Amino acid sequence: MSGSTAISRRAFLKTGAVLGGGLIIGVHLPLGAALGVQPPEETFAPNAFLRIGSDNSITVIVNKSEMGQGVYTALPMIVAEELEVDPAVIRVEAAPVAPAYNHALWGMQVTGGSTSVRTEWERLAQAGAAARQMLTAAAAGTWQVKPAECRAENGQVIHLPTGRRLSYGRLADAASRLQPPKSVTLKGPKEQKVIGRGVKRLDTPAKVNGTAPFGLDVAVPGMLTAVVARPPVFGARAKRIREDLAEKVPGVKRILPIDAGVGVVAESLPAALKGREALEIEWDEGPLAGLDSARQRETYAEMAKKPGAVAASRGNADAALEKAAKRIDAVYTLPYLAHAPMEPLNCVASVRPDGCDIWVGTQMQTGDRDAAAKITGLPKEKISLRTMFLGGGFGRRAVPDSHFVREAVQLSKGIGKPVKVVWTREDDIHGGWYRPSSYNVLAAGLDRAGMPLAWTHRIVCQSIITGTPFEGGMLKNGIDETSVEGAADSPYEVPNFRCDYHMAPAGVPVLWWRSVGHSFTAFVKESFIDELAHAAGHDPYRYRRALLAKHPRVAGVLDLAAEKAGWGKPLPAGRGRGIAVHESFGSFIAQVAEVSVNGEGEIRVHRVVCAVDCGRFVNPEIIASQMESGVAFGLSAALHGAITFANGRVQQSNFYDYPIIRMREMPEVETHIARNGEKPGGIGEPGVPPIAPAVANALFALTGARLRTLPLTPERVREAMGKG
Amino acid sequence: MISFTVNGKRQQVNVPPDTPLLWVIREQIGLTGTKFGCGKSLCGACTVHLDGRAIRSCVTPVSAVAGKSITTIEGIPEDHPVKQAWIAEDVPQCGWCQPGQIMAATALLAENPKPDDAAIDDAMSGILCRCGTYRRIRKAIHRAAGMKGKGGTP
Repeated sequence: MSGSTAISRRAFLKTGAVLGGGLIIGVHLPLGAALGVQPPEETFAPNAFLRIGSDNSITVIVNKSEMGQGVYTALPMIVAEELEVDPAVIRVEAAPVAPAYNHALWGMQVTGGSTSVRTEWERLAQAGAAARQMLTAAAAGTWQVKPAECRAENGQVIHLPTGRRLSYGRLADAASRLQPPKSVTLKGPKEQKVIGRGVKRLDTPAKVNGTAPFGLDVAVPGMLTAVVARPPVFGARAKRIREDLAEKVPGVKRILPIDAGVGVVAESLPAALKGREALEIEWDEGPLAGLDSARQRETYAEMAKKPGAVAASRGNADAALEKAAKRIDAVYTLPYLAHAPMEPLNCVASVRPDGCDIWVGTQMQTGDRDAAAKITGLPKEKISLRTMFLGGGFGRRAVPDSHFVREAVQLSKGIGKPVKVVWTREDDIHGGWYRPSSYNVLAAGLDRAGMPLAWTHRIVCQSIITGTPFEGGMLKNGIDETSVEGAADSPYEVPNFRCDYHMAPAGVPVLWWRSVGHSFTAFVKESFIDELAHAAGHDPYRYRRALLAKHPRVAGVLDLAAEKAGWGKPLPAGRGRGIAVHESFGSFIAQVAEVSVNGEGEIRVHRVVCAVDCGRFVNPEIIASQMESGVAFGLSAALHGAITFANGRVQQSNFYDYPIIRMREMPEVETHIARNGEKPGGIGEPGVPPIAPAVANALFALTGARLRTLPLTPERVREAMGKG
Repeated sequence: MISFTVNGKRQQVNVPPDTPLLWVIREQIGLTGTKFGCGKSLCGACTVHLDGRAIRSCVTPVSAVAGKSITTIEGIPEDHPVKQAWIAEDVPQCGWCQPGQIMAATALLAENPKPDDAAIDDAMSGILCRCGTYRRIRKAIHRAAGMKGKGGTP
C-alpha cells in the first residue's frame, strides 16, 4: 500500500462536480449523532469520499452498505490512517447513487462478495493522503513556509520549527482553493497507527441507544404502509381478486395488484395486515404447483447419473478410480436456506411527477435506482436513493431484479403517496431467493497407503447467476461459477480429478446466501476428505496436511487452528473434535469444533477455534466478530436450517420452524489471525463455510456416525448413531 | 382512547384495542428503537418493559397496557451500565436485535444483579441475533453487573 500513486486529476474534478452539482443534497446521515447536521458553509471536499468542514467535522462518505460487517468502521479507518485523524472523530455518511461510488471492479454500486475492504483500500487511502497533502500545503501557504517543514498530525498541521499549529477546520477553506496533488505518497506498514488496530466500531453508540436509522424506521409525511399478498407458489398469478371485504377494514386505503402480488395499502401496518387477511384471491398456481422436496431430490439423483459439464479436470479420474486399492462413494445433500435477516425486508418510496425518493437498506443501489427509473419513467438523476442501515443482509438485500424496491415504487406510483412496504417474517421465509439446494455425488480412489489417487464430484444445483447482469462473467459453458466454487478448485493434491455440474431446472428463486457456493461445497469437500482420512486410518488433520504441499496458506491456517485447539490432546469424556479448512473470497480459514451429543441426538458445539489468513487487514476486532458471526450463521444452517416444499408451498414460516441458534447454543469462538503481507482478503463470508463440516467431522470423531445431509437434526443424528 | 405512559410520558392513542403495542410504539408514538422481527413472540426484537418486566410488544395488545407504564430502549438512560457495557464490549453488528437484547438484559439485572452464565442464557435465549453477538452480549451483561456494584445506576 505504500509508494507514490498517480491520481487522475480528471477523476477528482469529476467527483468534485458530483458533490458540487447538488446530487449530494439531502443525503441521509445514517449515524444518529449526525442526524440533521448540515455541512458547514466552508467545506473542503477534495474527492467524493471525504469532506472536512470549517467546524473541524470530518465526514467520510461510504459507498458500501453497513449490514453488520463493519464497513462503516473499517473503511473510515483507511481514510483516517492517511489523513492523520483519530477514526473516532469521523462521521459516516452513506453515499448517494453516483458513478463515483461504483464498486471499484463491478461498474455499479454494490456491497457483496466480501470485497469492500479489498477493493476500496487503495482509493480510500489515496483520498485521505491527497487531502492531508493539500491541508499541509494550505498551512505552509498560510505561514509562508516550506511544506517539508510541516507535518500533519491528529487533525492539525504543525510547523515543526516553530511549533505553530492549525486545525484542519481552520485550513478547510484554504485547502479547498488548492489543486489536488498529481501524486500522493501512502504510508508504509511501519508508519501506520490506525490500520491493524482493534478500533471500536463507529456505529455502536447509535445501535445501542436505538437511534440508528434502518429502512423500517423511516417515516415521511403522508406515508402509508403496505403489505403484499404474495403468491402461495412461486410463479403463481392472481386470477381473481375479491377486494370488497379487505376494503372495508378500517384504515385500509387501496388494494392494488402489482408484479409481486396484490398490494394492500393502509394507514398502519396492523390495518394492512388485517386487510390482507380479508382479501380473497384465486391464484393460477402455474408450473410449480406440485413442487415437492422429496421428488426434487429424486430428479436431482436421476440427473446425477449422467456426466455433467466439466468445471475442472486433470489426469484420468475414471481410470484411476477403477485401479484404486480402495474406492469410497458418497452422496451429500443440502437444502434450500433462507437468509432470514432480523430486520424483515422493507422499502419506502415516494413517487411524484417530478422525482422519486427511496429509502431502503439495500446492497445493490445502482440496479435499484435504475429499476425505479424504469417504473416511473423518470430520468435516473431524478431518483434519489438513500441507503439506510441494513438489519442484516447476508446477500438477501442484493437482488438483481430489485424486487423489494420495485414493489414500493409501483405502489407509491399507483396511489400517488409515499408508501412503505413491509415484509412480515412469514413473507420472508416463504418469499424465496434461497440458497439453492444441492445434490452431490462423490467418489474417491485410494492407493495402498490410503492416499487419494482419484476424486470426482458431481454437483446438481440451480444456477444463481442465470438471468442476472452477472451472467456474462460468471456463467461459462453451462457452468455457474457459484455452483462449483470451492469444489472445482479444491486445494487437495489428487492426481486424477474431475468436478462436473448439472444446472438444475429453474423455478424456485435462488440467490447468494452468505458465502454463496462455498456454503455447500465446503461441507461436501471437507466432510469427504475426512471420510478418506478415516478410511485410510490416518489422522484427519495430518491427512489433509499431506495433501497441501502446494497451498502453504491453506496449510498455514490448518496448522494454526490445530495448534491453538490442542489437536491430538485428550478431551473431556463425551466430547469430539473435528477440523475443516476452506479458502473463499481471497481468505483462508480453518476451524476446529468441539462437540458433544446428548441422548436425544442434539448436538452441542462448545468451542470453535478459528485460524484466519486474510492477508493484510484493517481491524482485528472486526475480523474476530465476523468469525463469531460466520460461525453463528453457519451453525444455524448446520444444525437447524432447511426450507422444504410440499404441494408447491414452502413448509416453514417463522423462527419456530426455521430456527436460528439462540444464546445457549452459541459456542465460545476463538480467533487467531495469521500476520503476513499478503493481498487483503474478504472477511464477511469466509467464516461460514468451514463450520458445518468441522461440526459433522467432530460428530463422526465422537460417535462414528457420518452425516451427509444437512441439517444435522436430532432425528438424523439418532438414526446415524443407531446404524453406525 | 387508550392511555398509558411511555418512558415516563403520558400517551393517548386512538387505535383498535387489539393493535399490537409494538406498532403503537413505532407508528403512533414514533419511537422506532423497538424493533419488529417476527410478530409472533419468537425473536424478542420487540422487547420492552411493562412496569419493569420484559414483555414482547409484538403480541401484547395495546389494551393490555392501559394505565400502565412502558419503557423502551429510548427510556434507558445513556449512562445506564448496560448501555455502557454494550459500548465497551462493542456488541452490535447489524444492530437490529440489540434494543431487544438490551431491554431483556436490563430487566434481568434489575431482578438478578449478579447473574451467572446459566441465568444469562435462560433470560436471554428468547432474543435472537442472526449476527451471532451472543458471547459479547453475555460478556457485556457480566460487565454491567460489575459496574452496578461500583455505583452504576440500574
